[in-house]
Amino acid sequence: MSTKGFLENQITAIGENVLTKVNGLGHFTNFTLKTLYWTFKPPFRIKLLFDQMYFMGNKSVFIIFLTSIFTGAVFAFQIYLGMKAISTDSFIGPIVTIALAKELAPVLSGLVVAGRCGAAMAAQIGSMKVTEQIDALEVMGINSYQYLAVPRILGAMLSMPLLSGIFLLVGYGGSWLIGVKVIQIDEILYTSKISDFMNLGMVVEGLIKATVFGYLIGIIGTYHGFNVTGGAEGVGKGTNMAVVWGMITVLVIDFFLTSFLAKIL
Amino acid sequence: MSEYSVEFRGLTKKFGDAVILNNLNFGIHKGKITTILGFSGAGKTTLMKHILGLVEPTEGEVIVLDTVIGSLTELELREFRRNFGMVFQYAALFDFLTSFENVAFPLREFTKMKEDEIKAKVMSLLESVGIAPEAASRLPSELSGGMRKRVGLARGLALDPHIMLYDEPTSGLDPITTHVVYDLMRDTHRKNEYRGFTSIIISHDIHATLKYSDYIVFMEKGRVVEHLDVENFKKSENPVIRRFLEL
Ligand SMILES: Nc1ncnc2c1ncn2[C@@H]1O[C@H](COP(=O)(O)OP(=O)(O)OP(=O)(O)O)[C@@H](O)[C@H]1O
Ligand SMILES: [Mg+2]
Repeated sequence: MSTKGFLENQITAIGENVLTKVNGLGHFTNFTLKTLYWTFKPPFRIKLLFDQMYFMGNKSVFIIFLTSIFTGAVFAFQIYLGMKAISTDSFIGPIVTIALAKELAPVLSGLVVAGRCGAAMAAQIGSMKVTEQIDALEVMGINSYQYLAVPRILGAMLSMPLLSGIFLLVGYGGSWLIGVKVIQIDEILYTSKISDFMNLGMVVEGLIKATVFGYLIGIIGTYHGFNVTGGAEGVGKGTNMAVVWGMITVLVIDFFLTSFLAKIL
Repeated sequence: MSEYSVEFRGLTKKFGDAVILNNLNFGIHKGKITTILGFSGAGKTTLMKHILGLVEPTEGEVIVLDTVIGSLTELELREFRRNFGMVFQYAALFDFLTSFENVAFPLREFTKMKEDEIKAKVMSLLESVGIAPEAASRLPSELSGGMRKRVGLARGLALDPHIMLYDEPTSGLDPITTHVVYDLMRDTHRKNEYRGFTSIIISHDIHATLKYSDYIVFMEKGRVVEHLDVENFKKSENPVIRRFLEL
């Protein structure tokens, strides 16, 4: 093959690749807009929403509990190791709690929920797709976005701040155990230092992040469910994509959200 | 009022460059059982999706119960779909609901029936398709293929549709169960015949088709090769149909 032919082929391949990606993005945007539209159209399916919240809470609360208590504990311990040399270990409380409130609780909860619930959304909707259950809904005149996507997206949006709140409280408990019971910092000192440095805005920042992450996890999970093609294999692929993109999105958006919230809060 | 419950006028459907349905012009007789027969990929399911308005024609129009499907708004179309009952190839029961709740689903969504009325209606529907009361509380994953089809049929019938659509209702069933399901479809048809009930069946099964249908539409590569009543279909000279008949 001539160099020219080779180059042409390469350029065509790159072009096609870009087009597929752009097309996919358009598809995703379209899906996002549709779900948004159907969120505000009656009938409002409150029961489905609560079912989803219950399901999500049930699926992740135990893992959140374990993750948070150990995160709080190990973080407190690491800070202690770093700071005892300069005798500033009374700062353990505020450092750990602020980090939990602003970053660790929403981000780690987001990763857990993306792994547990984002995956479940894609798997449930994907298998409904390949077994024609979604067609069955449509044939009965029910909008499948409204019935399947909206409750999951809103459910994730509302569950995430709750789970993140639990993460913060339990994580604080973990750090308190290490700080007060193991390292033996005076209990009064430990808590008063926290109130010196922390404010409600920090907690609010974390909760806002958690809500945004919940929305994104919901959109990404349901999108990959609706776009499953082929049989069981397709469902597996969709589930995998939902987890991977859910986690990446949480981490990337966290960066931008942090700089944005720093400006307005 | 037309003698047809469904009519295709110049219906053409393309997916990209591929012509899946090629200028179809025919009607499906009201009050009759019509089977759409054809090889895999002939376009049968695509044709059915046009009747339901799940797919839009590239050219031409589809008229159902004297209504041009393409002229309906999205909302009107959703409402209009209550005229249809559909049984899917693998039943497509909602896997998160019990048999009872699957059949109750359309009633809860579209009627203002009270809980005890729903219960009575669902149990009588389940009984009419031969599902025992104790199976009502089972999830689809706990039912056999044949039972799922029956529950699917009961769900399709819940809103007393005017047109019943079956996409390969017996694929994956043993020969005996196949005939049970066919008997059930025919009984359902006979019971509702007085109100102009139309049954449209997609099938590969030539023997059952000859036994149970009034009319047969034979499709090949997006075209209708033959559209005849059963007696004349058996006499068709078309070589493709002869091959199908000799199977
Ligand atoms: N959404 C779509 N996009 C692209 N091609 C499609 C689509 N739906 C169907 N087709 C193509 O249209 C052709 C007819 O499909 P259809 O499902 O109508 O066939 P069928 O007669 O029902 O076959 P089978 O007996 O296997 O179910 C096939 O070649 C299929 O690949
Ligand atoms: Mg088909």
